[in-house]
Amino acid sequence: MMFQQRVRRLCRRTRFLFAAAGCLLAAACGHRDAPADLTIVNSAEPESLDPAIVTAESDMRIVAGIFEGLTRQEPVAARPVPGLAERWDISPDGKTYTFHLRTNLTWSTGEPLTSADVMYSWLRELNPATASDYAGQLFYLKNGQAYNAGKITDPAQVGIHALDPFTIRVELDHPTLFFLDLCAMPLTSVVPRQAIEKYGDRWLNARPLPVSGPYTVDFWRLNDRVRLRKNHQYWDAPNTRSEIIDFLPVGSPNTALNLFDRGQADIVWDKELIPSELVDVLLRRPDFHSYPYLGTYFIRFNVTRKPFDDPRVRQALALAIDKDRIVHKITRAGEKPTASLVPAGTANYASPTGLGYDPQRARQLLAEAGFPGGNGFPRFEYLFDSGAGGKKLHEDIGVELQQMWHNELGIQMDLREVETQVFWGMLSRVDFTVARSSWIADYNDANTFLSMFMTGDGNNETGWSNKRYDELVHQANETTDPAVRQKDFQQAESILIQDELPIVPLYIYVGINYFDTNKVTGIWENLVDEHPLGSIQKLRP
Amino acid sequence: MYFIRRLLYAVPLLLGISLLAFFLVHLAPGGPFDRERRPASPEIERNIKAKYHLDEPVWKQYGRYLNGIVHGDFGPSLKYRNHSVTDIIVQGLPVSMTLGGIAFCFAIGAGIPLGFITAARRGRWPDYLGSLLAVLAVCVPSFVLAPALILGLTLKLKLFPVGLWESPWHMILPSVALGSFFVGQVARILREAMLTAAQSEFVTAARAKGLDETTLLLKHVLRIALLPVVSYAGPMLADLLTGSFIVESIFQIPGIGVCLVNSSLNLDYPVIVGLSLLYAILLIGLNLLVDLAYTLLDPRVKYE
Repeated sequence: MMFQQRVRRLCRRTRFLFAAAGCLLAAACGHRDAPADLTIVNSAEPESLDPAIVTAESDMRIVAGIFEGLTRQEPVAARPVPGLAERWDISPDGKTYTFHLRTNLTWSTGEPLTSADVMYSWLRELNPATASDYAGQLFYLKNGQAYNAGKITDPAQVGIHALDPFTIRVELDHPTLFFLDLCAMPLTSVVPRQAIEKYGDRWLNARPLPVSGPYTVDFWRLNDRVRLRKNHQYWDAPNTRSEIIDFLPVGSPNTALNLFDRGQADIVWDKELIPSELVDVLLRRPDFHSYPYLGTYFIRFNVTRKPFDDPRVRQALALAIDKDRIVHKITRAGEKPTASLVPAGTANYASPTGLGYDPQRARQLLAEAGFPGGNGFPRFEYLFDSGAGGKKLHEDIGVELQQMWHNELGIQMDLREVETQVFWGMLSRVDFTVARSSWIADYNDANTFLSMFMTGDGNNETGWSNKRYDELVHQANETTDPAVRQKDFQQAESILIQDELPIVPLYIYVGINYFDTNKVTGIWENLVDEHPLGSIQKLRP
Repeated sequence: MYFIRRLLYAVPLLLGISLLAFFLVHLAPGGPFDRERRPASPEIERNIKAKYHLDEPVWKQYGRYLNGIVHGDFGPSLKYRNHSVTDIIVQGLPVSMTLGGIAFCFAIGAGIPLGFITAARRGRWPDYLGSLLAVLAVCVPSFVLAPALILGLTLKLKLFPVGLWESPWHMILPSVALGSFFVGQVARILREAMLTAAQSEFVTAARAKGLDETTLLLKHVLRIALLPVVSYAGPMLADLLTGSFIVESIFQIPGIGVCLVNSSLNLDYPVIVGLSLLYAILLIGLNLLVDLAYTLLDPRVKYE
């Protein structure tokens, strides 16, 4: 009896604890948001929603739904179609584009949207004070690079001119066959001068946010969600299918899968968000979709370090890799082994055949280079970064290569894992011997892959330089004839993947997303894994 | 007087912490703007560095940083360029504090009864069962407990949501995952303290005077035995309120713990330094609170 009373009194004394817990709960559930029409697990927290700042593909998927450019991607094959511009004329030499804007364009806040806004957006992208990472995509414009470098300060000298409120003339240095693709990328989309000049770097927090695309930002809570709401002022608003879309920033594949399976998310659409240990099981499910994708996984050699300065050594290492084994044993999601850098399916292009798997020939080449049976070959390091979400992909591939090269060629390699940020730093300083690498197409054209190995390109990162290669890529970009262009690119690529091999391509990525085709419509599998938001819709049961 | 002095000591301490954090993060290899795709020209890299003053000597950047803090500006995030450090704290801290607060109540609310019962029924079955529970709670780490809870209660039984931060319903599993270690700790500390206190002379004296066992345990033994729990509660609260990377990332919770770990991985200098300062302030403040609580609980403790 006595004991129970005491306990009761103790409970009375500690009730403030329970009250506090109750208050916390009550405070926490004060804000409840209306449910979204569509919930998409995108990828990790977006670095930005500013078209001039975003660099990650996953961030661009959101931004493309908020700001639109002169062209936009159609949802099936993601090819450029009229966006804010309803039509355009291209001069015979391919260097001058005249865009005609739609005449009924307005910002989501009601003000008219004209050629002055397009001018402002492109010049802002190039302005050194904006500090845009991707400004290089506008270096195709006449004087674009000089303006960005601060060598000229008069924007009138840059190759973009507003002829009247609805006409824009763009002058390019070279005929750029993929220029209309660039006009659909977020970095060339049209941004609101009125908000940027008023709020500076924090302009995306302006509410209501004036936007040019199908959706405006309702709210953006760090690590929680980005909520988009339909822009009813958008020129194609009748074809925008969903009213509210939530983007959840999820970096962990397991969490993404759990949210999807529990029905808290409708779509998961990033190839990094598939738990690698479950790939085999998941790909057999009808709601998992895997398809070819314009991205290549490859390894880089530092050709300034001995003995990798000898092309025979690089060829030998390439010939000793059994790429089938890597895609069947490690990646397992349907990736295709490749000997070329440019993925199959790239527009207007077919790659030359590169080097296959031939250990016999590999040993021969290594002997010719002075290392018969691997004798005298110095130990070297294979550099890779710790993958996102605890994935061990890069390490697994490193282990596999280590074993293949040891078994076939008798050479010793050590594995060195560093943090992602450190990894990119070492790569950019070419401070490695052999390193894992990958490249995802910026646009559907061979140039996005081949131009990066030109001498002095920031993304070359191998120390490799070849005059003939530079000439060929340059030549290809000067011509307007697709057949001639393809030939030049093919010759260039064969130098890269048959003769010189500063890199060894391993496999072509696949795009992976998961959604139930009976519940969600408007997503098509395409090579660049782009799915414009306007056409996506969740069917009501 | 004593507490004012303690607060004044905190100022040079915080200054030292900011100095150390600032210079250490700049010593780390790599930089915030090293990324997979390098800009097309060196000028672009120069523009970015100039915008965030990374082209200046580190001591000058530190001066700029301190000057900003004096004016209430903790700088921009270099990774999330549309957000300031203040934005990150203002959005993340309340979430982590709510979660930590609930977990704290859970740790105290479950840990003290558990510790009390195991001590009061020492050597009998409630002691064995309770002690086993406490040891389990301490031993099973949150990165095992959290997925196990999700697997069992969410995916199999469909009782709770997988994650996200929406309703009180969403907060239960993460609070349990976060608090269970501390339930075990509190129970074990209290049990030990109660057993020690039960051997004190004043307890023997009280017992000789004919005080009944329950009153003795609740009124005298528990009160003394709570002291080590209180001194543990301070750092525990600091630990809980500042968020947990593991629990927050498994349950997809927009707290500050995720931000701290990610900022170090991203080398987001201003966020790392800003959050280190925030943690230091919380720790100093909570330790001060513990000392205050001591004076209230134990009349023998006095500060001059």
